[in-house]
Amino acid sequence: MSDWVEACAAGDIDEEDVMRFDHAGRTFAIYRSPDDEYFATDGLCTHEKVHLADGLVMDDIIECPKHNGRFNYKTGDARGAPVCVNLKTYPVKVDAGKVLIQIG
Amino acid sequence: MAGMVIVGAGECGGRAALALRDLGYGGPVTLIGDEPHLPYERPPLSKEAMTGESPAIKAIASDELLAERSIRHIHSVRAVAIDRAAHAVRLSDGSSLPYEKLLLATGSAPRKLPMPGLGGRCVYLRTFSDALAIRAHLSAGNRVAIIGGGFIGLELAASSRKLGASVTVIEAQPRILMRGVPAEIAEIIHKAHEAEGVKVLAGQGIASIADNGAEVRIALADGQEIAADVAVIGIGAVPVTALAAEAGLTIDNGIAVDGTLRTEDPDIFAAGDCCSFPLAVYGGRRVRLEAWRNAQEQGALAAKNMLGADEAHAAVPWFWSDQYGLTLQIAGLSDEGRSTVRRDLDDGAFILFHLAEDGRLVAASGIGPGNAVARDIRLAEMLIAKRAAPAPEALGSQTVKLKSLLAA
Repeated sequence: MSDWVEACAAGDIDEEDVMRFDHAGRTFAIYRSPDDEYFATDGLCTHEKVHLADGLVMDDIIECPKHNGRFNYKTGDARGAPVCVNLKTYPVKVDAGKVLIQIG
Repeated sequence: MAGMVIVGAGECGGRAALALRDLGYGGPVTLIGDEPHLPYERPPLSKEAMTGESPAIKAIASDELLAERSIRHIHSVRAVAIDRAAHAVRLSDGSSLPYEKLLLATGSAPRKLPMPGLGGRCVYLRTFSDALAIRAHLSAGNRVAIIGGGFIGLELAASSRKLGASVTVIEAQPRILMRGVPAEIAEIIHKAHEAEGVKVLAGQGIASIADNGAEVRIALADGQEIAADVAVIGIGAVPVTALAAEAGLTIDNGIAVDGTLRTEDPDIFAAGDCCSFPLAVYGGRRVRLEAWRNAQEQGALAAKNMLGADEAHAAVPWFWSDQYGLTLQIAGLSDEGRSTVRRDLDDGAFILFHLAEDGRLVAASGIGPGNAVARDIRLAEMLIAKRAAPAPEALGSQTVKLKSLLAA
C-alpha cells in the first residue's frame, strides 16, 4: 500500500462542504460530512470530467456543479442520471489536525 | 403484450426508457428515433462536437446497455400516425407497433427563417449530422454569420472563434439573449464576445439573404452587407406536435399535458421540449421548456406515471450555457420577478436574485468563470422550490451562506 498524503488541515473545510486537493498530477475532492467525518474521492465527475469541488454537498451527497450528477461521497455510488459510473473513493484519516488520504 | 412505446429517442425518450427499467418494469420497451444514432446528449453539439478533435455523439446509452436492459431501439424511422382506438403507432417503414402506454418525446425543431434566398450554406443546428455539416465550415479564416443571438448562436460563435473563424452575430432584438436572461448578464456575455473578436450586431433586421452556393450575402435593414461562408440560423425552436395534433390531442404551445405529463388520453403522455405543462412552483402557469435537465427529469417522471404513479412535476426550471471561460446558470424563470438583489462572488462572478412582489424568491441568474456560480444557483433553486422569501440583505451579502437560509 502506498503512503498517506497530507491533504489539508481539518479546519480548512467547513462542515458539509468539499475542497479540491491536487497531488502528483492527480486531482481529488476531500469532504467533511455534517457529522464531522472526512472522506475523499476522485476529483472529477464521471460524466464530463467536471471538478466536484465546485459542487454542493448536502448530507452524504455531492452534486456535480455542471449537470447535477449525484454521488454518495462516502461510498462513491452514482445516484442517477446523468451519471452512471461510480466515483473512486480513498481512505482518509485525521491525525493531529491534519487530513490524510491514502492514494492507491 | 403491448408494452411501453416511446416516440423520440433524444435525452427525454432515452432517459424514460432507462427509467422504466430502473423502476422494475418487465414488459416490452420500444424507443423509436428518426436519427440513425443511439440516444445522445445535445448540449455538446454547439461546443465539444465543434471544437473536439474527433466529433462523436455523447450517447445516453450504449448498444450493450440497451441490450442488457432489453430496450428495443428502432432508429432511422418516424412515427407517422397514432391510432388511439387500436392503441397502435404506425411507423414510416409501414409497420405498426401496439402500445399499452405511449410517451411522446418528439422534442423541438429549429424555427425556420421565413425568408427566400436560403441555400445549402444556410444551416440550422439540432442533430449530430447538422453539427458535422456546420463544423466543416468552421476552419480558420472562414467567415461565419450567426443569425440569432440566443444560446445556440452564441455558443456556436464561441466555438467558431476557438477554431479561428471570423464571426458576425446578427440579432433582431435590441440586445442578445432577450428571452430569459437579465440585461445585466447579457451585457457581460456581449462584452465577452466582443473581446474575443466577434462582431455583435443587435437590433438589426435582415432585409434579404442570397446564397449563391459559393457564399451567403446577408443584407441588413440599415444597408450593411455581411458576406459569409456559412450562415447558421438559431432563432429559436418550435415543439414537434404534428403527430399528436393529427391524433386529436390538444396543442397549446406544445402538446398539452397535466402536471403528471398525461395528455387528455390517459394512455398517452408527453414530456420534454414538445410539451407544455403547468409549473407548480408558479401557481400552475403553463410553460414549455427547452432544456436538457427538464427533458431528463420529465422523461423519468413520465416513466413513473406510465407505470401507475400519479406524481406531479415539481422541479424548478434550470439551464446553463458555456461560452469561452464563462458559465451562465439560471434557476427559475426570471420574468416572474419584480425586483432583483445582486450578490457578488469571487472572481467577478455574481448572482441576481429575482424576487416577486411578496418577497418570494422566484429565480436566480448567475454568471462567472468556470463553475463559480454553480453551488449558489443550486441552493437558490432549492429556496425557490421551498417558496422561501429570504431577507434581501441576506441574499445580497456574501458573508451570509445561502445554505443557512435553506435551513431557516
